[in-house]
Amino acid sequence: MTEPVLEVAGLSVIFGNREPAVAGVSFAVEPGERVGLIGESGSGKSVTALAVMGLLPEQARTSGVVWLAGQPVLDRPDAELAALRGNRVSMIFQEPMTALDPTMKVGRQVAEVIGLHRRVARGQTRARVLEILDAVGLSGPARVANSYPHQLSGGQRQRVVVAMALVNTPDLVICDEPTTALDVTVQATVLSLLDSSLAEAGAGCLFISHDLAVVAQLCTRILVMLDGKIVEDAPLAQILAEPKHPYTRGLVATARIDQVPVGERLPTVADFWSRDGDVEEELR
Amino acid sequence: MKARLSLAIGLILVGLVLVTALVSLVWTPYDPIRVDSAQVLQPPLHGPHLLGTDGFGIDVLSRIMVSAQICVQVGIIAVGIALVIGVPLGVFAGQVGGWGSELVMRVTDIWYAFPALLLAILFAAAFGSSTGTAMVAIGLASVPAFARIARAATLQVMSQDYVLAARACGTRPAAIAVRHVLPNIAPLVGVQASVSFGIAILAEAALSYLGLSAQPPTPTWGRMLADAQTYLFSNPVLALWPGLAVAAAVLGFNLLGDGLRDLLDPRLKEVR
Amino acid sequence: MTVVVAVAKRAAIFVVSLWVASVLVFLACSALPGDVAQVILGIGADPASVDRLRTEFGLDRPLIIRYGEWVGGLLTGDLGDSYLTRRPIGPDLAPRIGVTVSLVVCSMILAMVMALLFGMHAALRRRHLDGFLTSAGSQIGLAVPAFWAGILLVVVFAVGLRWFPAGGHVPLSRDPLGWAHHMVLPVVSLTIVQSAVLTRYVRSAFIEVLADDHIRTARAIGWRQFPALMRHGLRNVAVQVVTVLGLQLASLLVGAIVIEQVFALQGLGTRLLDAVAQRDLLVVQGIVMLLVLAVLVINFLVDLAYLAIDPRLRTPGGTR
Repeated sequence: MTEPVLEVAGLSVIFGNREPAVAGVSFAVEPGERVGLIGESGSGKSVTALAVMGLLPEQARTSGVVWLAGQPVLDRPDAELAALRGNRVSMIFQEPMTALDPTMKVGRQVAEVIGLHRRVARGQTRARVLEILDAVGLSGPARVANSYPHQLSGGQRQRVVVAMALVNTPDLVICDEPTTALDVTVQATVLSLLDSSLAEAGAGCLFISHDLAVVAQLCTRILVMLDGKIVEDAPLAQILAEPKHPYTRGLVATARIDQVPVGERLPTVADFWSRDGDVEEELR
Repeated sequence: MKARLSLAIGLILVGLVLVTALVSLVWTPYDPIRVDSAQVLQPPLHGPHLLGTDGFGIDVLSRIMVSAQICVQVGIIAVGIALVIGVPLGVFAGQVGGWGSELVMRVTDIWYAFPALLLAILFAAAFGSSTGTAMVAIGLASVPAFARIARAATLQVMSQDYVLAARACGTRPAAIAVRHVLPNIAPLVGVQASVSFGIAILAEAALSYLGLSAQPPTPTWGRMLADAQTYLFSNPVLALWPGLAVAAAVLGFNLLGDGLRDLLDPRLKEVR
Repeated sequence: MTVVVAVAKRAAIFVVSLWVASVLVFLACSALPGDVAQVILGIGADPASVDRLRTEFGLDRPLIIRYGEWVGGLLTGDLGDSYLTRRPIGPDLAPRIGVTVSLVVCSMILAMVMALLFGMHAALRRRHLDGFLTSAGSQIGLAVPAFWAGILLVVVFAVGLRWFPAGGHVPLSRDPLGWAHHMVLPVVSLTIVQSAVLTRYVRSAFIEVLADDHIRTARAIGWRQFPALMRHGLRNVAVQVVTVLGLQLASLLVGAIVIEQVFALQGLGTRLLDAVAQRDLLVVQGIVMLLVLAVLVINFLVDLAYLAIDPRLRTPGGTR
């Protein structure tokens, strides 16, 4: 019996008197499934992720239902949610330079994730830390564990963050633009690392990005988010082959700039879709 | 919202102090200096003296009003001294960068070890106490705060692309300082000036309480508190009014500074 | 190794600062035109006896030699003899140091504890009425002169309720209870202002840390909000608060001078003010130097504390 690791139904998030940041969003992530959530900045992707983690700022008002690993998230006491976070569900953030505590050695920060959720002897924790640091491709794990974050490069730090997210083999990993802040060359290696580690852990993944090309490397299903709503939800192949929503068509076209004949103008999303509604279809 | 509230209250209190100081130049309910042994220690709210009279028979309200003059005078001169020395020092440090910047930081470190009161004591020991020594001491003690703020702000301005462009065009440092740096750091310096004004009022109150500032018969809030201490057992209410005046004035300048800072920093406003 | 270099650099800065400060204090007290001999003998004194007294005090010799003697004495703990009492200054000050230090240290500790509690409360509850009131309270505390707070406390608790004495001091070694009884009001009046200042720093430091990415990470790995702050925020808050602690200590020492006057405590401050009134310049010079020394020592310790708290500073050329 396979019940989804994450199920979101009619989720809305409102800050103050503003327009809803997320307006009636529904989707599910099956065990081991990798779902990409793409959209422009401000479309509500990250707010959705924080709602799933139960980490929205206190002034946010929510409605709808979020089930995580079979348990409701919204309006749940923080103590019970904290037991899930880092254990059954974990999160990888965008900014590796600041995501780690600058005053604590990296090894201790990884060990903390274990210690928070498992009763493990000290020696075993240490061994597990070195094992996972090695597994995320950090050479010399003992040396890395003994370093402070500022002594590591951006790519190394993001590997540490990945290690922290995977060390408890969670059911679901939420990645919020995990490669956006990295150099292009480092991006590729971190993506393939995520790919193999997720496969090994058998974890489901909700991968948030504004970049269809990045999402396409990792995910099997794509959710397209626009102005707080999900406008398209389809398997990757279908999105690429026959995108339905004009905004999605724009995303697909802009992701395929290698197919534009030399000398022609590169496409932009605005060629396919604009908020005023006048779509210039003829450019296809 | 909160910034506007701070600003409004700050402006009202500061305005009150300034207006009181100005009005007292031409009018006070009674003579703020003349001793009247027939009117000694009248209680407040009864009879013709609204806040009563002190141990010399002087009307307390009149004395408080006139004291606002010294408070404003000391504030303006002290902040002026600090501005004139501190800002050029900070801008220089920020423009030169490197060793110059480091040197100014070290100098301000040592400078910070001489707070206003200590300087005032040194000056009083050497020259005798007066409003002048107090103002200079408070002003000098406020220099490092201005120097540091100006330096930090200048460093930031100097790293902006348009300044780099101006330097690449061969604009001289002095021209850059006047054209680009000063206009940009002015708001921050203004905020610091408001806060320093409040600090100056506090320092002056302490100095005149200790007898290290204006000499009698010049009325000051600090001196009034020192006088009031004699009558703590019989007329404790005398110790209330001058203290309230100091606190209101300082609160006014602090709130004004805070409100300005929040208004000037849209990024902060967005976060809170 | 890099730690040794970092400590050595800060120690060098400390020594140079101390030297510069000693020159400044000496010049202020010696080179300025307040002639001690004239003051002691009075305006109408016969010039010959003024000159004789000047020679007796050694005031006719070059500045540089007098500076050398003074600093040489300082290094051996000898502050010289008072011009007025003709007695050594050091032994006269020794018992007073204890009074001032206990006042300052007690106030500092109390102010720190209160600032941490109030500052954290004001930061965590900043969107609520109680948090706002805490900030507003600190704003008001900031505007209150410490000596006025002291006077008001005397009015209420010494004159009115008669719970505490209005002034005076009992040595800790002779009568600990009596000492505490006499210290309550002075310490509280000094603490009110200090904790207001520190509360504001703690509040803004916590608000900044609350927005830090690594606190969000801590929450994402399963910490609840408060433990996350304690474990991953406190050090970062400490770096910022320690910075102002050094500066605050200077204002605390100065505040102690005034508070000693309010409560008639026989500390360094009251002696300093007496010496100023009598123009006993060598005593002024000695006490001011002691106070400046205290500030510089604290700043040095603060610098060392940074190294312990923030690992980024330990790397060569490391800044934050």
